[in-house]
Amino acid sequence: MIFLDNLMNGLSLGSIYAIIALGYTMVYGIAKMLNFAHGDVIMVGAYIAFCGLQYWGLPPIVAILAAMVVCTVLGITIEGLAYRPLRQAASLAVLITAIGMSYLLQNVALMIWGANPKSFPRTFINSSILHIGGLNVSSATIYTILANVVIMIALTLFTAKTKMGKAMRCVSEDRGAAELMGINVNRTISVTFAIGSALAAIAGVLLCSSYPILQPTTGSMPGIKAFTAAVFGGIGSIPGAMLGGVLLGVIEIFGKAYISTELGDAIVFAVLIVVLLVKPSGLLGKPVREKV
Amino acid sequence: MSEVQTAAPLLRVNDLHVYYGAIHAIKGISLEVHENEIVTLIGANGAGKSTTLNTIAGLLKPRQGTVELHGAVLNGLGASKIVPKGLSLCPEGRRIFQQMTVKENLEMGAYSRDPAEIPASLDEMFQRFPRLKERERQIAGTLSGGEQQMLAMARALMSRPKLLMLDEPSMGLAPILVEQIFDIITELHQSGATILLVEQNAQMALAVADRAYVMETGVITMQGPAQELLHNDAVQKAYLGS
Repeated sequence: MIFLDNLMNGLSLGSIYAIIALGYTMVYGIAKMLNFAHGDVIMVGAYIAFCGLQYWGLPPIVAILAAMVVCTVLGITIEGLAYRPLRQAASLAVLITAIGMSYLLQNVALMIWGANPKSFPRTFINSSILHIGGLNVSSATIYTILANVVIMIALTLFTAKTKMGKAMRCVSEDRGAAELMGINVNRTISVTFAIGSALAAIAGVLLCSSYPILQPTTGSMPGIKAFTAAVFGGIGSIPGAMLGGVLLGVIEIFGKAYISTELGDAIVFAVLIVVLLVKPSGLLGKPVREKV
Repeated sequence: MSEVQTAAPLLRVNDLHVYYGAIHAIKGISLEVHENEIVTLIGANGAGKSTTLNTIAGLLKPRQGTVELHGAVLNGLGASKIVPKGLSLCPEGRRIFQQMTVKENLEMGAYSRDPAEIPASLDEMFQRFPRLKERERQIAGTLSGGEQQMLAMARALMSRPKLLMLDEPSMGLAPILVEQIFDIITELHQSGATILLVEQNAQMALAVADRAYVMETGVITMQGPAQELLHNDAVQKAYLGS
């Protein structure tokens, strides 16, 4: 039973990583950059939802939607102001800009909301404990896993069927050829940031529903771990981000439960190192193909 | 000159200068393509042929000079806005979307068009390229080189271009496939297409073209009817290996 409890917790944590990892992997696949500010967009989403629930008295669903809208606008703005001017620049310059953007968001959050941790309010998401068989499962766990499954299906359909989704696949594979098809690459990248950031808002709410302490650095560690998950699964691959995220969450919880609580994070990163040694492109990543 | 072109050209490139950083790659070239013509741009590796096409298509920005299609200035627009104006480039190295199916590749070619018109254009392409019909649902990366070239050309045609630009369509193909590709180019021409063709295979290119320009290190050194250039001593020595 404890094993199953741990498994559920692992799946729940992993689902949060997976939703965050999707933002990393989509942006990497399409804009070919690592958006290290992504973790902090999660934090902003969580704060907006927090304000909506605590100060503005919004119903939970509306608070979540408000967080998604704010994060979407934030994501598009970050891309347009900070990353777009660097489209032709060296990738290191973009990487450093992303790290700078991450600190900027954290410090602005510090100015607005202060350094004191806030306690994230209870909502329908984490209001109850369900008893399934002998298992005690928090409703947050169920909602998190459900959200992950729904998002995965929606994104898969979106990239496979819609015009914008197909344009994204084209830009991801060959930006120049995509332009020659008449695809507006800048707009495609904007939409990618918008989707990734909206998902970050959802991840922020889910994260704080399970671990209800909110401070300006709340997004950092989950952000780094989700990035790890994206690389683990094969960066650029949507199913890879899902698989990597869920596996990472399960490994982390099992590592903490059965090996060492202190070493939980170290185990996560050790797994990443081993996977990258054996399969450098990640679990589902495609090796870079030679162009004929 | 055998005939005088009186109508305004479909494509007019005027005094084009392109730089790669500090390198002056295209040094003031001018060329014209009239409707229903095949015009070829020949020259050695590094002469600037592909750079010229990429600039016309909007992938590169010229520092000076103009590109006009039907009298409307195109440069500065960017590739994605140039395609709907009726100009399509089938790029060097084919650059099909390897992970998409043949059909999806063709659909992407019609990205800027009304989706309702796509099925008819698909049928048209499948008629012209029956091999692609057979492989409709196959992942494009698994096609042979010749099939990939056909797909790239069909994809470029899916935007219904007024001018089709082909960059090295015969590159890396076996001789029999090269002939097939040139047969297709001739057929396209007969059905009224206007084509600007860049080729290293100067012999074949001059054989199908109406007019030709010879490029050398960023400038046009010779121009004229293709048949004349085909029999020109200097061209033969430099590009036809005889």
